[in-house]
Amino acid sequence: MSHRRFHDPAHHAPFAFSKETEEQVTWWEKKYPSERRASAVIPALWITQKQNGGWLSEPALRAVADRLGMNYIRVYEVATFYTMFNLEPVGKYHFQVCGTTPCMLRGAERLKDFCERKIGPKGHVSGSGKFSWVEVECLGACVNAPMIQINDYYFEDLTIETLEKIIDDFAAGKEPAPGTYVKRQTSAPEGQATSLTDETLFDGSRAKPLAAIPNAPKPPEPAQT
Amino acid sequence: MLLDKDRIFTNLYGRHDWRLEAAKQRGAWNSTKELMQFGPEWICDQIKASGLRGRGGAGFPTGLKWTFMPKVVKDRPHYLVVNADESEPGTCKDRDIMRHDPHLLIEGCLIASFAMRAKACYIYLRGEYIREREVLEDAIKEAYAAGLVGKNACGSGWDFDIYAHHGAGAYICGEETALLESLEGKKGQPRLKPPFPANAGLYGCPTTVNNVESIAVAPTILRRGAGWFAGFGRPNNTGTKVFCISGHVERPCNVEEEMSIPLRTLIEEHCGGVRGGWGNLKAIIPGGSSVPMIPKDICDTVLMDFDALRDVKSGLGTAAVIVMDKSTDLVRAIARIAYFYKHESCGQCTPCREGTGWMWRVLERMVKGEAETSEIDTLLDVASQVEGHTICALGDAAAWPIQGLIRHFRQEIEDRITNYRQGRPHVQGVTLTAAE
Repeated sequence: MSHRRFHDPAHHAPFAFSKETEEQVTWWEKKYPSERRASAVIPALWITQKQNGGWLSEPALRAVADRLGMNYIRVYEVATFYTMFNLEPVGKYHFQVCGTTPCMLRGAERLKDFCERKIGPKGHVSGSGKFSWVEVECLGACVNAPMIQINDYYFEDLTIETLEKIIDDFAAGKEPAPGTYVKRQTSAPEGQATSLTDETLFDGSRAKPLAAIPNAPKPPEPAQT
Repeated sequence: MLLDKDRIFTNLYGRHDWRLEAAKQRGAWNSTKELMQFGPEWICDQIKASGLRGRGGAGFPTGLKWTFMPKVVKDRPHYLVVNADESEPGTCKDRDIMRHDPHLLIEGCLIASFAMRAKACYIYLRGEYIREREVLEDAIKEAYAAGLVGKNACGSGWDFDIYAHHGAGAYICGEETALLESLEGKKGQPRLKPPFPANAGLYGCPTTVNNVESIAVAPTILRRGAGWFAGFGRPNNTGTKVFCISGHVERPCNVEEEMSIPLRTLIEEHCGGVRGGWGNLKAIIPGGSSVPMIPKDICDTVLMDFDALRDVKSGLGTAAVIVMDKSTDLVRAIARIAYFYKHESCGQCTPCREGTGWMWRVLERMVKGEAETSEIDTLLDVASQVEGHTICALGDAAAWPIQGLIRHFRQEIEDRITNYRQGRPHVQGVTLTAAE
């Protein structure tokens, strides 16, 4: 189990939903049967976390509970169980470095060391308030390892050099593009394509109505007259 | 080797547009209404005949699973829930389906829901897949606007609603009942079965949970015929499958291939081979971190399907192939996987909550060699006591990689233990203190 604790609530600022957050929570609520509003708690906490600068304070948690008609403890439970909810302040650019075996095999440890040198200790916000980093478990982009999720998006196939460039760009106020940092198309192998090169797949011939449905049941024999 | 004309996910890499018009050009949403005209039983029969086995890891026959749902909708509505909480280390195939071919998934949801008499479907994405969720939400919007889903979906007379939902970073929510708990707004802790979800699932209603890939292949199977799909792979292991090959290969990638393809062919044809050549291979985890590893001599000949890998005491799992060459410290690689399970245990069952942490700590000592040889057997013993004694399969999944390591590479741990004391100074009285 991952052990997660609340940040000291003595210093938490009051929290109220912005108009935009309120609208988004309402949009999510409508996805579920009306008596099952609690289903929206994870999306609502996520949106709230965005509004609150990337982490969830206790007043924010209570606001979500009040909004969805849930007991406070039920929302605390959810917030402490799911690791994407940050219970302490994070940097403006929060780096989640994948450290699980497929990334580890391709050099995630070098990235972690580099983050430690460049940003500071794991889980602490850098002096400027701009950066923080943590190690997380498999992010599901293993063929693009090693990779880091920075705020919302994945930065893939990284090396220390490309990571340094990304951090420098963020520090300089630029927005480096997410995606792969080597010459390849998403999850395709680098270089020569090994599949999906047949142009007839894309010429529209597949959009033609089917001549017959395979294995269609035989129509019943017309009654003999 | 699979030919391009037989691939289902023709936009796996996102070389083309994922939007509706382009997806239609590639064959999505073609004749969907006609596919639905013969009724739910016909669809289930076709999927059964195709031999499709669930692509989420367990490999349960999909068509059979669909028939477990009640035949008539009574007081409780039916639900289809699509498991897109792809978190198994090594696996990243559903991600490509959702961001590059979302319409195949949405069409599959309609057909599967119709086959199970469900009027609503939730797709549960893992929280980190934000880009994928944005694409999927847009694709759902397009489908609603085009009348493909919603009231009278595709003109079939069937009303169908589809929603994307997301989690927040818990591996355990990939377990179907934990996923349902999470979807209800609770901690993702698995439920005891029975009752099975087909009887009491989401909100206590009949529910079927299927993997993204299992659902997304369904429309193409109906369009091209069960026999076409069943023509790939060996009997009982049919069809095409998206493989994810990561680790020490020249060019890691996702690729859709035929089931039962030899592991070596898969790696050499699509990934440029193992780094440093096939001779440099040490071991492979063939189906995501939960399955036991297999050493090179088995990798030489093994076929990538459910039965062949089960016969070598491993499994196909999610078909996520993690390749490790001779430079790999296997004990460390498995210790890291053990840490993963320790981190992701939900804490509900004692054997898993306590056992995963214990196994990880012992393995970390073994990485250094700071252990006794007898502890290897103790570790095996604990692993087998976690296995099978928990509500869900996470306990098993934590035990298997460790069992695989010891089965094939026990010598490596023993050597490390033997050599640990070499070159270290002897401290007077240490043994005596330890014995007291």
